[in-house]
Amino acid sequence: MHSTQDCNKTMALLDVQNLVVEFPTRRGNLRVLDGISFSIEKGEILGVVGESGAGKSLTGASIIGLLETPGRVSQGQILLHGQRIDHLNQEEMRHVRGKKIGAIFQDPLTSLNPLYSMGQQLIETIQTHLPMNHQQAQQRAIDLLKETGISAAEERLHYYPHQFSGGMRQRVVIALALAAEPELIVADEPTTALDVSIQAQIISLLKNICKQRGAAVMLITHDMGVIAETCDRVAVMYAGRIVEIGPVVDVIHSPAHPYTAGLMASIPDIFHSRERLNQIDGAMPRLNAIPSGCAFHPRCDKHTEQCKTHRPELMHAGATQAACWLVAKEGV
Amino acid sequence: MSTSAPFIDVQGLSKHFDVSASFLNRLIEGKPKQNLIAVNGVSFQIEQGTTLALVGESGCGKSTIAKLLVGLYEPTQGSVKLQGVDVHACYRSPRALQLRRRVQMIFQDPYASLNPRWHVQDIVAEPLLEHGLMSNATDIEQRVGELLSKVGLNPLDRIKYPHQFSGGQRQRISIARALATQPEFLVCDEPTSALDVSVQAQVLNIMQDLQTQHGLTYLFISHNLAVVRHVSDRVGVMYLGRLVELAPTDQLFLNPQHPYTRMLLEAIPKLRDTGRARTPVQGEVPNPLNPPSGCTFHPRCPQATDRCKQERPALRTMGRIQIACHAVT
Amino acid sequence: MWDSDLGYSFRHSPMAMVAALIAFICLFCALFAPWVAPTNPFDMVALELSDSLLPPIWQEGSNPKYLLGTDDQGRDILSALMYGARISLLVGLASVFLSVIVGVTLGLLAGFLGGILDAFIMRVCDVMLSFPAILVALLISGIGRALFPNANDALAFGVLIVSITLTGWVQYARTVRGSTMVERQKEYVQAARVTGVSSLRIMRRHVLPNVMGPVLVLATIQVATAIITEATLSFLGVGSPPTSPSLGTLIRIGNDFLFSGEWWITIFPGLMLVLISLSINLLGDWLRDALNPRLQ
Repeated sequence: MHSTQDCNKTMALLDVQNLVVEFPTRRGNLRVLDGISFSIEKGEILGVVGESGAGKSLTGASIIGLLETPGRVSQGQILLHGQRIDHLNQEEMRHVRGKKIGAIFQDPLTSLNPLYSMGQQLIETIQTHLPMNHQQAQQRAIDLLKETGISAAEERLHYYPHQFSGGMRQRVVIALALAAEPELIVADEPTTALDVSIQAQIISLLKNICKQRGAAVMLITHDMGVIAETCDRVAVMYAGRIVEIGPVVDVIHSPAHPYTAGLMASIPDIFHSRERLNQIDGAMPRLNAIPSGCAFHPRCDKHTEQCKTHRPELMHAGATQAACWLVAKEGV
Repeated sequence: MSTSAPFIDVQGLSKHFDVSASFLNRLIEGKPKQNLIAVNGVSFQIEQGTTLALVGESGCGKSTIAKLLVGLYEPTQGSVKLQGVDVHACYRSPRALQLRRRVQMIFQDPYASLNPRWHVQDIVAEPLLEHGLMSNATDIEQRVGELLSKVGLNPLDRIKYPHQFSGGQRQRISIARALATQPEFLVCDEPTSALDVSVQAQVLNIMQDLQTQHGLTYLFISHNLAVVRHVSDRVGVMYLGRLVELAPTDQLFLNPQHPYTRMLLEAIPKLRDTGRARTPVQGEVPNPLNPPSGCTFHPRCPQATDRCKQERPALRTMGRIQIACHAVT
Repeated sequence: MWDSDLGYSFRHSPMAMVAALIAFICLFCALFAPWVAPTNPFDMVALELSDSLLPPIWQEGSNPKYLLGTDDQGRDILSALMYGARISLLVGLASVFLSVIVGVTLGLLAGFLGGILDAFIMRVCDVMLSFPAILVALLISGIGRALFPNANDALAFGVLIVSITLTGWVQYARTVRGSTMVERQKEYVQAARVTGVSSLRIMRRHVLPNVMGPVLVLATIQVATAIITEATLSFLGVGSPPTSPSLGTLIRIGNDFLFSGEWWITIFPGLMLVLISLSINLLGDWLRDALNPRLQ
């Protein structure tokens, strides 16, 4: 697995440095992302997990450049191949999006335009980013559909979204995202709206198709099980910050941060039933009422005075990095 | 403790929906009438004080069964009996209110299950007023406070509006409301599906505590097998409106018999399987308007035979489990 | 209230504040006309024919007692405006109030109970919409006059209000029906059903508070429309009786004098009408945007 402090490695595909995203409201600036830093290597699958309100979708949106106004990146930078992309205007971002970064969203029904056939949408995307004529684009669309497991692709090209089932629509969305051969795919809860058996198929498809192409994936989800099976590394988010990041095996089986540990312990396990599920008392703080110091300290039964006043940065904790003073004390 | 009649006894329950286009459209386009069979001859029993879970994917009919049991729908066929009394006959009669005291429901969406314009006080007190259980305003306030404490909320929160609470807290308010009339049977339709994992843990723990304290009987609907493993005593697996397997929880998870149950268990991403490659089963749930013949699962079943295509398997009892499968029975 | 989102939006919208101010002034003058107006123009005894056809104060030949001039009977135009506005607003508000009651009730019933009742009410709506409001009002007025040839003022107003209400209720019924159909599916309504609450109580106590939002906006704007409709009817001679003239009646009366040079008799009531309906419309626009959750 990768160590993120190795200066001798080649430049990361995506590098997010101290990203701060704010929404100006009439009650002042609301900071929804507070200093997010991580990187994604070429061909790697990074999971971003967290509960609702943690800011994972916003992180994805900032990277794709689809942050809803009046939200804006107020500090930090997002680098793709070493080039800044967070300050590009709409027109420039449009070229990056699709060609270099593909996107998959949660609801396949709203991701597709109901008035156009699948083929038309695919061909349009292909021709926007690749220099092909209509014939070539159509052939490529058919190939993409076959690759995503849709049978009778030539015929299905003319179908409309409502004629497909949910799982097939998500396959088409994946095909659309891959149409221009991007290097990074941002997938925001791609399987949450699907049935369990279809989820498995879609996740497997996403993983295989990306590995084949060497495309990196940023998989945003709240489902730890999906992360466990698919990702190489995972970042755990809480209240707009990353609290732990590291290889999937280590974060899941030996988490260093108390929140991650609590989260793992509260997930019901299909293999044995326990008397009581472990619960983390309280709730994630609202973004306009984030506690001082470590955002998790009011819910942490191991917190100290330092946790109340000083916000911890990510620091080494065995195989992972965790933003926790307790980890520093243990002195790894 | 075996009583003569099981606490909840469902026999041959069916529900059909008429989803045909309007008369004019049918006339012009020559389309036939269309019947959606959401629930197709389902039978099960629940012992008092236990939890039966119903699991399945979309279109399997589990939510419809929930609504049938609380009287939101009338069955097309079959019966539901609470301690020997036919529930739907009672809902139609003037004695309906008494029955509604004993049977309550918790819904999936914490944001839509509370009236956004009402105070929490009024929301939780409504069943009390409707059933005429209390009339004194101070008594009612006190009872509402008690109910809120029971679900882990501050009694002073009763003056607030739902939007001032988080999803998990709203779901607890729903539970408090459901408990107001001291019911015996609670139908829970995906109560934690819309909640985050850590919040889900809180709500599930509360529900378990309440069951122990008050001897409640639960029908727990969910698509999340891990949650089901944790909360239920028995599990029923549904597919396209039919029960395919019904077994005690441990048995179902350790030794699933029906191919669909096996497929479901296999399909769930598991925490311990980091990086494991797996080949998921192909196919999707077919259109409920046009189900396959015979055993509706046969197109996706690795053990399908010709008999499966023609003959629909009946639910048979084999020891402690009930199962509908030609390959197994 | 002042501190809420609505109050904030109001404070930051100069247009809304100006419109509210104008509407408030008009409303105040209209409500308290008997005390605010310099004279009572409809008191036959106080009129002085010698003061007739006097121009407004900034023109030659005017009398400072009559700020905006007088009409052919010696009535002070400014006072007539206030009294007239009173009538116009009364009719406007009353007909909107009735429209809301009828429309919301029918919309709730149609949306909640569905079936044949819903189909029937919607067809009635369709029929009502295919008639222009003025025609319906003319028809009702005509029937009213034929039925009660010696009607007193109150009855005449009653007929007038009913005729405006008859087409006004439709938009509320439709809006509320749509919202009701959405709310009906929501789980808090189902929870009430499971508890055993009757349909009527669910409609009244659960659904109604949640569908009133758009109704408020519509009603605000419809007050202006109702006032104009009433003015049109009065102008055509089938609206307010001449003994209690509304702004429309005043415009009609003044119309005859327009081309003989006494322009003030018709222009000022016209301006007043425009001012009232414009300010109410602007308020309604602001309210619609402020209440729209998507526009933050």
